[in-house]
Amino acid sequence: MAKVIMTADDSASVRQMVTFTLKQGGYDVVEAVDGKDALQKLSSTKVDMLITDLNMPNLDGIGLIKGARALPSCKFIPIVMLTTESQDSKKQEGKAAGATGWIVKPFKPEQLMAVVKKVLG
Amino acid sequence: MIDQHRQAFKEEAYELLAELETSLLELEEQPDDVDVIGRVFRAMHTIKGSGSMFGFDDIAAFTHEVETIFDMVRNGKLQVTGRLVNLTLAARDQIRAMLDGADDGGGGDLKVSGEIIMGLRELAGFQPAAAEPPEAAAAGRKPANLATYRIRFAPSRDIFITGTNPLTLLQELKELGTCSVVAQTGDFPCLEEIDPEACYVYWDLIVTTDQGENAIRDVFIFVEDDCELRIEQVAEHTQFEEPQDYKKLGMILLERGDITTKEMEEILAQQHRFGELAVSNGILDQGKVQSALVEQRHVKEVRQEKQATEAASSIRVPAERLDLLVNLVGEMVTVQARLSQTAAQREDAELVAIAEEVERLTAELRDSALNIRMLPIGSTFSKFKRLVRDLSVELGKQIEMTTEGGETELDKTVIEKLNDPLVHLIRNSIDHGIELPEARVAAGKPAHGTVHLAAVHSGDSVVITIDDDGAGLDKEAIRAKAIERGIIPATAELSDKELFSLVFAPGFSTAKKISSVSGRGVGMDVVKRAIELLRGSIDISSVQGKGTRIAVKIPLTLAIIESLRVQIGEDSFMLPLALVDECVELTREDVERSHGRNLAHVRAQLIPYIPLREHFRIQGTPPEIQQIVITQVNGTRVGFVVDQVIGEHQTVIKSLGRAYRDVDGISGATILGDGSVALILDVPQLLQAVEAGQA
Repeated sequence: MAKVIMTADDSASVRQMVTFTLKQGGYDVVEAVDGKDALQKLSSTKVDMLITDLNMPNLDGIGLIKGARALPSCKFIPIVMLTTESQDSKKQEGKAAGATGWIVKPFKPEQLMAVVKKVLG
Repeated sequence: MIDQHRQAFKEEAYELLAELETSLLELEEQPDDVDVIGRVFRAMHTIKGSGSMFGFDDIAAFTHEVETIFDMVRNGKLQVTGRLVNLTLAARDQIRAMLDGADDGGGGDLKVSGEIIMGLRELAGFQPAAAEPPEAAAAGRKPANLATYRIRFAPSRDIFITGTNPLTLLQELKELGTCSVVAQTGDFPCLEEIDPEACYVYWDLIVTTDQGENAIRDVFIFVEDDCELRIEQVAEHTQFEEPQDYKKLGMILLERGDITTKEMEEILAQQHRFGELAVSNGILDQGKVQSALVEQRHVKEVRQEKQATEAASSIRVPAERLDLLVNLVGEMVTVQARLSQTAAQREDAELVAIAEEVERLTAELRDSALNIRMLPIGSTFSKFKRLVRDLSVELGKQIEMTTEGGETELDKTVIEKLNDPLVHLIRNSIDHGIELPEARVAAGKPAHGTVHLAAVHSGDSVVITIDDDGAGLDKEAIRAKAIERGIIPATAELSDKELFSLVFAPGFSTAKKISSVSGRGVGMDVVKRAIELLRGSIDISSVQGKGTRIAVKIPLTLAIIESLRVQIGEDSFMLPLALVDECVELTREDVERSHGRNLAHVRAQLIPYIPLREHFRIQGTPPEIQQIVITQVNGTRVGFVVDQVIGEHQTVIKSLGRAYRDVDGISGATILGDGSVALILDVPQLLQAVEAGQA
């Protein structure tokens, strides 16, 4: 059965594109509009991977990663953050918070799939 | 598709711009409101990020400038002033103009953009450096020669905490080319000190690939900062390579820095096998030597492959001869058990020593004899590919079949007997599971369905899974049908697992119409019985709309099994060890407390048990404390009450002969060391018989 991936992003168009790409690849997708929404959904849904933006209202990506890692069900799942090239320091901060990897925006659908395959196996 | 995303982005951007305007006006009133500054920054950030994703590069570049300024504001490096708000508002209008004109080429006036950016930069008081140098990656990778690399990958202890699974990285590496892996476990602490969430293993890998070193580095891109990663090229395989011996073991270890020149010379002076000496002198641990040896062998193999066409060193032997050999080995095992027992009784030290020697040799002989009969299951898998292709054409479905673990080996007889059940299961997946392309698209799934066939070793069994991403099982339809057929009473409350297992009930078929492919209703119960005859089990799980997974667990071989020997009265019985979970005590008090309901409390779980003494009508009284052997069959835990558990036993399976072929609950017999006979219990069938008796 298909693995479930959550995409947390406040941009509807990015969410749409990520969801579309992942579904094409045969994954199931749960969408969240910001960090708070994502954490809430994570506590009730089991996901196999999390893809999160860093800049989001209510709770940002770093906060979400920290919050997710504190949940027993998300302790060891791969978490990938979406960053822009200017945020090298954020990359480090994200890794310290427990992120598995990152994807630099802008990215193509193939790049997204390659990273998902890399961390999810 | 891309147009659809672009449209979504434009709509979103218009919304963000409207919000941005409100926020900016608010900011003018309260220039220090951190929340509002954050909102402005995020709006810019999203427009930039999403814009570049959907090909609005000019918008992204322009917005980037504005975002940079607001990043400074956010970090308190710049004050919000009226002029800043004015400029940002102008920038907002400019982005809007660019969006409006986006579809007919370059939108917006470049001059205006330039002016706004100049103004903003002036405000910030800095001259940003010239445009960032273009990505070096654009140069394109030139195809490298086939080369062999030596990699040491030592992840940090807490690698799991960051959600990284090192195994997927190794897997990715394997896809680059021929790969040999040695796991180094020398750093494991003793049991009390182990942190189960830490990674103590590191890996030595030898990879032969034509993708170049960068491709290897790319694999480790997420972890290279916090792990020890060493990649060295050790050999390049050109077309004109001279066949020659690869480096000596000592050289390899020296290059790796695992050993010093001095240490190496000391060892060499003794003129013995290098690896053995290095280990026995305590200079190296076994793992490191092992890994160097693997490197030696790997390079040799790659070179051999290049020379190719060496005559295959195998011979063909008729299958009967192998069967005879295995039978003889079976007899040997029985005789050896007798020898061991007699030797132990005689208390003759010399005889015991000989018996132990024979025991060791028999075990080795048994393993290698059984090994000869092992075949990779891959050839069966490839037969199914054709089946899937033909069926999907016939049914008008688009189905792709993927396989994994084709190299997994199983006893030849088992593979042959598995063929029909597997064909049936795959047919079911294709016919009932995967929907027609239109239905799939309507459900938001890719038009082509996937059937994934995988085989993997699990202890002394092989688990074969058939996964489809089709419609899944319809629980209500199953329930309705089961009630209609009288398999369950209308009031029955069943868990999902129990409900799914109903499809294995005799005469059960939920397909609405009968097709040429499946649906004659003779299906699943026959499949289940066939699997059970192989002493295997079958397990089904499904989520409606998502797909179905069927897992078939099969023991590696049919001739000799590990089993648990138990005793009731004077009689011995064998329970296949693969099914046994645990053993617990059952006291007379427990029995009285349960008021004849045959349920035992095991760690807050209620486990039903079958008193075998009663079931087989064995005379005599049970001992004060009996034992429950808890088994797991098709996901349910059920206990068997016996007088005594003796221990593990190598069981050579003998058939019972024609007269007793139909005895329920017994799958065969074996001869014990003292020459007496013990019956082997057919656990799944016993359960069925008891369930049927109760219903």
